[in-house]
Amino acid sequence: MKSAIVSSPHLAPVNRVDRIMLQVLLALVPGVLAMTWYFGWGLLINIALAATFAVLAEAGVMLARGRSPFAAIGDLSALVTAVLFAISVPPTLPWWLTLLGMLFAIVLVKQLYGGMGYNPFNPAMAAYVFLLVSYPVAMTTWLAPGVLAEHGLSFMESLGLILQGTLPPGLDWDAVTAATPLDEMRGKLDEGWSIEEIRQSPLWGQFGGRGWEWIAGWFLLGGLYLLWRRIITWHIPVAMLLGLLICAGVAWTLDPSRHPLPTFHLFSGAAILGAFFIATDPVTACTTKKGQLIFGAGIGAIVFVIRAWGGYPDAVAFAVLLMNIAAPTIDYYTQPRAFGHGGGRQAR
Amino acid sequence: MERAVSLDSSLGTGARSIPSGRRLWRFHGGVHVPDEKSLSNAEPVTSAPLPKRLIIPLQQHIGAQARPLVRIGERVLKGQMIAEPNGYISAPVHASSSGILVAIEPHPVAHASGLSALCALIETDGEDAWAELPEPLVHYAQLDPTLVRERIRWAGVVGMGGASFPTSVKLNPGTDRQIQTLVINGAECEPYITCDDRLMRERAAHVLEGVRVMDHLLGVSQVLIGIEDNKPEAIESMRDALAETDMPGYTEIVPIPTLYPSGGEKQLIRILTGREVPSSGIPAHIGIVCQNVGTAAAVADAVLEGRPLISRIITLTGRAIAAPQNLDARVGTPAGELIAHCGGYRESARRLICGGPMMGFELRHPQAPITKATNCLLALTRAESPDPGPTLACIRCGRCAEACPAKLLPQQMYWYARAKDLDRIQDYHLFDCIECGCCAQVCPSRIPLVQYYRYAKTEIWAREQERRKADQARARHEAKRVRLERQEQERQARLRRQKAALDAKPADGKAGKQALIEAARRRAAAKKAAAGRSGAQSADRP
Repeated sequence: MKSAIVSSPHLAPVNRVDRIMLQVLLALVPGVLAMTWYFGWGLLINIALAATFAVLAEAGVMLARGRSPFAAIGDLSALVTAVLFAISVPPTLPWWLTLLGMLFAIVLVKQLYGGMGYNPFNPAMAAYVFLLVSYPVAMTTWLAPGVLAEHGLSFMESLGLILQGTLPPGLDWDAVTAATPLDEMRGKLDEGWSIEEIRQSPLWGQFGGRGWEWIAGWFLLGGLYLLWRRIITWHIPVAMLLGLLICAGVAWTLDPSRHPLPTFHLFSGAAILGAFFIATDPVTACTTKKGQLIFGAGIGAIVFVIRAWGGYPDAVAFAVLLMNIAAPTIDYYTQPRAFGHGGGRQAR
Repeated sequence: MERAVSLDSSLGTGARSIPSGRRLWRFHGGVHVPDEKSLSNAEPVTSAPLPKRLIIPLQQHIGAQARPLVRIGERVLKGQMIAEPNGYISAPVHASSSGILVAIEPHPVAHASGLSALCALIETDGEDAWAELPEPLVHYAQLDPTLVRERIRWAGVVGMGGASFPTSVKLNPGTDRQIQTLVINGAECEPYITCDDRLMRERAAHVLEGVRVMDHLLGVSQVLIGIEDNKPEAIESMRDALAETDMPGYTEIVPIPTLYPSGGEKQLIRILTGREVPSSGIPAHIGIVCQNVGTAAAVADAVLEGRPLISRIITLTGRAIAAPQNLDARVGTPAGELIAHCGGYRESARRLICGGPMMGFELRHPQAPITKATNCLLALTRAESPDPGPTLACIRCGRCAEACPAKLLPQQMYWYARAKDLDRIQDYHLFDCIECGCCAQVCPSRIPLVQYYRYAKTEIWAREQERRKADQARARHEAKRVRLERQEQERQARLRRQKAALDAKPADGKAGKQALIEAARRRAAAKKAAAGRSGAQSADRP
């Protein structure tokens, strides 16, 4: 027994970072499959590319810092960043933008702040915003969901599009792409259409965007799995979705011709994905329970504000980054009442 | 968190919950850990053999170290006081068998620091001859409580749940504080440990006798005995014993849900009464006193049998021990001998721990003796206590905060402890941390959080001490300066007075002075005249 004195407790720890990350990756599977179903192979190719770049970037930085790259890669956090990034960007994104995004996310946003656990901003979302601001066209060229596309891209065609930027012969961009429902709504509203008229568009489904609503549904399933496995708590997702719903509900009540049903907000774009998988990133979110409620509600409200009146059709990434900045302050002002510090049944 | 749980829908090992009509409260957080009680709770307590040499630490309690009463080479008898309390918060130490006192010297003891402390070494003679013991106080109820407390103090009874605070002090809350509730702690929430379980199963009536004595001393209106519901036999046995006494009117055996750390004093009080002991306060501040069941038994020994506290039940367990069991062992028995008595190690122990796996500390010297507070020797195998592996960065997941029974933010305290920001960490209520280890147990990054808090506390204490010293030095310096100033002022005043006195004397004024001057001038003139005359005379000579 010549080991260093180890402080109590002495039992095997029950949680592990890599297991938590693995659970997150597992929970993403249904949504990713649904998304592949609607938008084709591009997503899977992007995930593979992003994962490779992220792991290489992580390993490179660790080697440069003179540390073993295996511990950093082994915690699987770079993979989670890569997958979330790949899900957020269009499935046609040129490979070098994915590379740029991953370098930005892993090297600048994560490692230059000290690596895992020290980054104030969500790396995947920071990279997304960086690319969206720098390459707006590439970042907003979405494929039409499979049910609407005149031509579905095969695996090789997707690969060619991503690696070389070339469409299969005989196809033009209009044949394969379509505006996202949020984009469509935004543009049409700006042109003076009413929600009633916009809803006639084939891009609209039952309550959200066509295809998108089902993808959101599968991500919701993954999110519930995370709740069940206690990887996340309900506070951030519920607060964020409620924040979005309440804002959207008030706006819809006041002016239904300019604002869609609140459920449309929930089941379009990245609201569900953001609520369960992005806003809940523990490193960059609030840690106190009360703080998490404020943090989540803030994201929901900002998402609505940007969607309704801002310059971008979707806003989860911006909203998350904005609340990331506020998280330490919120945490400071929402400390729970410690045991024996008043409240409750106290000394009479 | 005000939610009450009824035991029928209890959390934890619900299947074994025992219904109770009493409303229970929840404390925040806590962790479910495999309790591992079945390793050692099946067999009755047996007596450990008399060791050849007893090593009895003079400090087995919180407070001042006891002062030795015997000379080296002297023969001591079993139960003889060999060191007396040194101050109010202190406790005596008794010889736990007869023999020759061969030395009083530093010896490795069971302490987290691994350091040595002053111990009385007794070569036992095997006769185990008792010293003359005081009269049992069977009719304690008719006696002055001070006498009974004096007896408990004489017997060296200290809290046997681990903190080892002198019991007589705790049973003397003062006349200005009314104690309404006596809480008896039979929770035994640490995994593996079963000594209280066995005690309650085998000596329930005796425990209750002790409770009755304590009740008499405190004059409480209710007694609540909390036992975790993973000990149904102990609950049963205590209930049966209670029915035989005159106490059921105000005493209740309350099964509580198994959830670590329900046996923490503050947590147990919360569960049973819903009340929170104020921060940096003691239970007596809210009219509650909490005592362990082992302490109750020791009080019964002292008052009803006149026996001092010289032995205790200790659990030897862990999968590395050949035959885990509970032993009635003499205080001062080397840990190694008890382990040998249990058949030694089955496989090499990864760690030998004094106390439970959640809060115990590693015993670096297997020959360190057990004390009044040692409730468990735990030998863990590599599988039970694997190497924690490299510590990863905190990912702020907040599991620690969810598990913290003191409702703290452990991850924030960790940041500030690492940054040595000793002021900010106190803003986060560091000193409300009870070091239960829940946070570290659930940390996915394997950060030894408790170690950081202990470090921060020690640093703050050291800083406080430095500050106190500096304050003293400053006060002394200031006092000196004031003294010198005063002396200087006094000197000045004296001089002024003298001068004033001088000035005051020639009250007849200038005239006197003039007269003096005039007189001096006349004297000088006369002298001159005389000199002139004598010169003339000499000139007159030829």
